[in-house]
Amino acid sequence: MNKKIIYEIKGMYRDDFRITGYEFGEGEESVCIIGNSRGNEVQQTYCCSQLVKKMKQLEEEGRIKSGHKILIIPSINPYSMNIQKRFWPTDNTDINRMFPGYNLGETTQRIADGVFREIKDYKYGIQFTSFYTPGDFVPHVRYMKEGYTTAEDAKKFGMKYIVERTVRPYDTATLNYNWQVWDTKAFSLYTNTTSKISKTGAGAAVMSVMNFLANCDIIKYSAIGEKKIRIFDDKELISVRTAKSGIYEPLVGAGDKVEAGTPLANIVGPYEGEVLETLYAPVGGTLFFIHNEPLTYANTAVIKILADE
Amino acid sequence: MVEIVTSVGLPIDEKLMIKKNRIMPEGGDSTGYKRISVVTGIHGDELEGQYVCYELQRRIELEKDKLTGIVDIYPAMNPLGIDSITRGIPAFDLDMNRLFPGNIDGNMTEYIAAGIMSDVQGSDCVVDIHASNIYLTEIPQIRINELHEEKLVPLAKEANVDFIWVHGASTVLEATFAHSLNSIGTPVLVVEMGVGMRLTKEYGNQMVDGIFSLMKKMGIWSGEVAPVKKPMISKNPSDVSYLNATSSGLFVPEVKHGAMLAEGELIGRIVDPLCGKILDEVRAPQAGLLFTIRDYPIVDEGSLMGRILKEEVCIHE
Repeated sequence: MNKKIIYEIKGMYRDDFRITGYEFGEGEESVCIIGNSRGNEVQQTYCCSQLVKKMKQLEEEGRIKSGHKILIIPSINPYSMNIQKRFWPTDNTDINRMFPGYNLGETTQRIADGVFREIKDYKYGIQFTSFYTPGDFVPHVRYMKEGYTTAEDAKKFGMKYIVERTVRPYDTATLNYNWQVWDTKAFSLYTNTTSKISKTGAGAAVMSVMNFLANCDIIKYSAIGEKKIRIFDDKELISVRTAKSGIYEPLVGAGDKVEAGTPLANIVGPYEGEVLETLYAPVGGTLFFIHNEPLTYANTAVIKILADE
Repeated sequence: MVEIVTSVGLPIDEKLMIKKNRIMPEGGDSTGYKRISVVTGIHGDELEGQYVCYELQRRIELEKDKLTGIVDIYPAMNPLGIDSITRGIPAFDLDMNRLFPGNIDGNMTEYIAAGIMSDVQGSDCVVDIHASNIYLTEIPQIRINELHEEKLVPLAKEANVDFIWVHGASTVLEATFAHSLNSIGTPVLVVEMGVGMRLTKEYGNQMVDGIFSLMKKMGIWSGEVAPVKKPMISKNPSDVSYLNATSSGLFVPEVKHGAMLAEGELIGRIVDPLCGKILDEVRAPQAGLLFTIRDYPIVDEGSLMGRILKEEVCIHE
């Protein structure tokens, strides 16, 4: 293992801003794995820490095949994590909207540039990321439908679900999008949580990356993975929206199978406790995403269902 | 007449409302009139437009009989942000100016954005007033996406700004209020002036004169208007040079905002208050006008400290 500084900015009063990477194996730049880019993505960093631990073990046991280099960067934004702020401490910009970066630009553009220079030549790129609204997900792997990364590549993770994402204008400054522009096959791994640690979720994430590395013939490891994989476009998810704002009482959890008509959540009046609204499953299927905050606003997609095939 | 453009209930005993004030000739109905919309407060920390909304109405009221069209004033597109000194939409941590055109069936923020769009759409001219951010001070300027240059530059020349900056198209800017409306044929002029969290009365008055000039041109105002400034116009990216900090520290300016600088002239210093040392001297890379200067003195490596418009562009036609 080679621990190295990927990028550094001198701090004024804070300790220097450092992005630390862990290299395993030698040879072709095969796989790069990135943890958090936002300050609340603690689970994403935790997943990487568990991967670093596992890769250390594999390296010691001689199970990384020769000719392959793997780089893991658990956090590209430790400054925001340490002050528990989602975006950049001073100007609130999002590093994951700054790629491919600009070395003469503003601070987060420079950080994106500094990171991207180090990682743009890897054959595969994996980013642990989070959804923009708070909630629990069924773990899955996503890729952008730009014609470069394919479902066949994504199947190597052995995860039950593969989500294809149609590119939106704001995606064009993300790491995942730019990796593909520079010929890296890129994936976003969604684990079940973001700001809370889930050991089971992290364990599953480590397993899926191990499957991927084994199926790419980079490590010696018995990949198992799911036999039955479902691939779908993110637009196929059916949103269940609130009509009222209020206190949110979920009656189900992410991953639950429900029939059409199952009560999913109540929206409760904040002062008198009356049920303002009960949300029901419009179709039978798997609850793919569930809002996990105690309050909700009206018109919010608090639940997303993957309908049964 | 104050109207609620769109609203949505918040979880605990409160309604989020976007309000506008419609001013029109006494006794008239809204059909057949030209309409100008003045919009501000998309970013909750930008307040320069607040004064413009007030002063414009005060001056219209003094000569109400000269009003020959509709003036719609939308002073607070992001009321929760303005109230909590938050740039984006609080709780969502979202930049409201990346949500347009919104979606009437979308989440709360998209729903609000869609409601605003449908109300403003169809205006004959929209002035969207911004105030840079809390870090940088700007001279009054209008920024125009090159895709809409042909339609907007002639309008912008009537708006009494010092500078018109035509910039390149960018995919990530497609979700702005201005781009979304310009794309469906409602012309929007994006004004940047002053600095976040403060009022610059002089700039506000200049902008109010500009809005009266636009109203006159459009047939919304029959009264006298002040002559407008002839703006500097930049269409070439190489016209503007950017001053980014080479190290983190305290930026201490040595020149005033709006200064004409010679090449190599000292603009300021980045200093280290802990050790009492100069970390860098910031000098003009080219001769020109310092049209942007940093107001917030702490810089990180890369922070923008100023922008210079090259001398040749500053010389008016």
